[in-house]
Amino acid sequence: MSIDRFLSDVERPLAPLPGHFSRGRLERVLRRGEFAVTTELNPPDSANPNDVYDRAAIFEGWVDGINAVDASGANCHMSSVGICALLTRMGYAPILQIACRDKNRIAIQGDILGAAAMGVANIMCLTGDGVQAGDQPGAKPVFDLDCMSLLNTARSMRDNGKFLSGRKLTTPPEVFLGAAINPFAPPYDFRPLRLKKKIEAGAQFVQSQYCFDVPMFAEYMKRVRDMGLHEQCFILCGVGPLASAKTARWIRSNVPGIHIPDAIISRLEGAQDQKKEGKQICIDIINEVKEIDGVHGVHVMAYRQEEYVAEIVAESGVLKGRKPWHRELAPDAERIIERHEAVDKPLTPQQIIDEVVH
Amino acid sequence: MSDTPTKETAPKLTQAAIVRAKAPKTAFKPADVSPSRRQRSYSIRLWSVRNARFLEGFYKRFAGLFLTLHPFWNWIGYGRAERPVTFVERQVKGLMFDCRMCGQCVLSSTGMSCPMNCPKQLRNGPCGGVRANGNCEVEPDMPCVWVQAWAGSQRMRDNEAILKVQKPVDQSLRETSSWLRVTAQAAAEREASKEEAA
Ligand code: SF4
Repeated sequence: MSIDRFLSDVERPLAPLPGHFSRGRLERVLRRGEFAVTTELNPPDSANPNDVYDRAAIFEGWVDGINAVDASGANCHMSSVGICALLTRMGYAPILQIACRDKNRIAIQGDILGAAAMGVANIMCLTGDGVQAGDQPGAKPVFDLDCMSLLNTARSMRDNGKFLSGRKLTTPPEVFLGAAINPFAPPYDFRPLRLKKKIEAGAQFVQSQYCFDVPMFAEYMKRVRDMGLHEQCFILCGVGPLASAKTARWIRSNVPGIHIPDAIISRLEGAQDQKKEGKQICIDIINEVKEIDGVHGVHVMAYRQEEYVAEIVAESGVLKGRKPWHRELAPDAERIIERHEAVDKPLTPQQIIDEVVH
Repeated sequence: MSDTPTKETAPKLTQAAIVRAKAPKTAFKPADVSPSRRQRSYSIRLWSVRNARFLEGFYKRFAGLFLTLHPFWNWIGYGRAERPVTFVERQVKGLMFDCRMCGQCVLSSTGMSCPMNCPKQLRNGPCGGVRANGNCEVEPDMPCVWVQAWAGSQRMRDNEAILKVQKPVDQSLRETSSWLRVTAQAAAEREASKEEAA
């Protein structure tokens, strides 16, 4: 008897709450004022649902949301909508990423409805990397919308119940809208204003690019606080372990938009076990950013080191003893399983008579 | 006859090729072609951004002039004026801004840096991939359109316009004159307000 059959109503959305836009757990955690932790699922190159379940299971009980990336880095993988559909079946709280690179406005609006119907409560609106960065540089870049107009579109679908064309929806999607920020790329002065613009367009939470330079992030947050933006939107700081000094160097010169200061690289180089040191750096950064006023959580991206996420979260103690959602048996499931086991062991007629007589 | 390229047949050194040859081995080197790549020097475009304040004033007067010509456009018919005006607009703006004729000009909100030159055609600000030297993620030898736009907008009188959220591009307006459209709209608004006053 599989345990999965006795999970208590995992697929059902939560009851609506006043002041909440979605019926998912991530929004509730954030609005309760708790320090949230989200992470990213490495999308499989396969058509096997178990690949998704296995990859999600290692985050269980440690995170409040799992990003389903939309062909990140323009590399082809299982689609984010597909991953989200699988995750909601298991009760996880996926964050659907939509990149403007691959789909036009017709496809995107359809995806928003489809995802919401499957129980996706969080949508992240991204521009997406250019196609030149990925494994299929000959693809046609779409970029019909940009992240800002995508946010606007999703919001008006939710709040006004209308498509971009003005056509009415019969049931609007109840979604919590997110966006990405990168405080570490020029033009630095414009970055906080851009966050303001995203909030105006509809962003309710944002996840940042990898933060390796805490003073730079603190500076950004200062300007964000000056504008009062931290009260209008939940800000999650992106963090992640670097596997070695060599990878750090490679990322620095090959992945645009990720800023890694020399100090981090030399600290990695000086370490005996670089992988362990990378994890320690990540934990240290979490401990520093969680003290910054206006930071509401962290987004742990551990690409190909997913098994470290739980350790990083545990060792940094950001959850303060809180245990995020994990699958549980329904209250009386255990007893039902016991009975089933009893039934599964068939008794011979003689034994039954024996039992009755004695 | 050998196949070794002679001087004539040797491929022309593109700007990207030069940049790539100079770049350190570890640097990011994307493919030489992207659909939006054009072998241009960016100097005139950058000049326009540097002189955004002057161009802003100039544009304002120019729009006024176009509006006073409204009876004239009306007389020949906006439909008939479309082709010649589009031709002129394409040439002038093409030279000044590398205009892509989206038909819904936002130069005044983007510091006179045409956002359609961004390989992702972003209309609302820079993506997260801008290189530390201020160049584009997709085309490493091109100054990021939005870094330029931000600089240009700060030189303009109306330096808040860049903060406005822009609607998605209406592709059905491509290759039409935005000068005429803006003029027709302004004229219609003017008439509506006149009627209200009367
Ligand atoms: S770096 Fe600048 S020009 Fe290049 S894609 Fe991003 S926003 Fe556009």
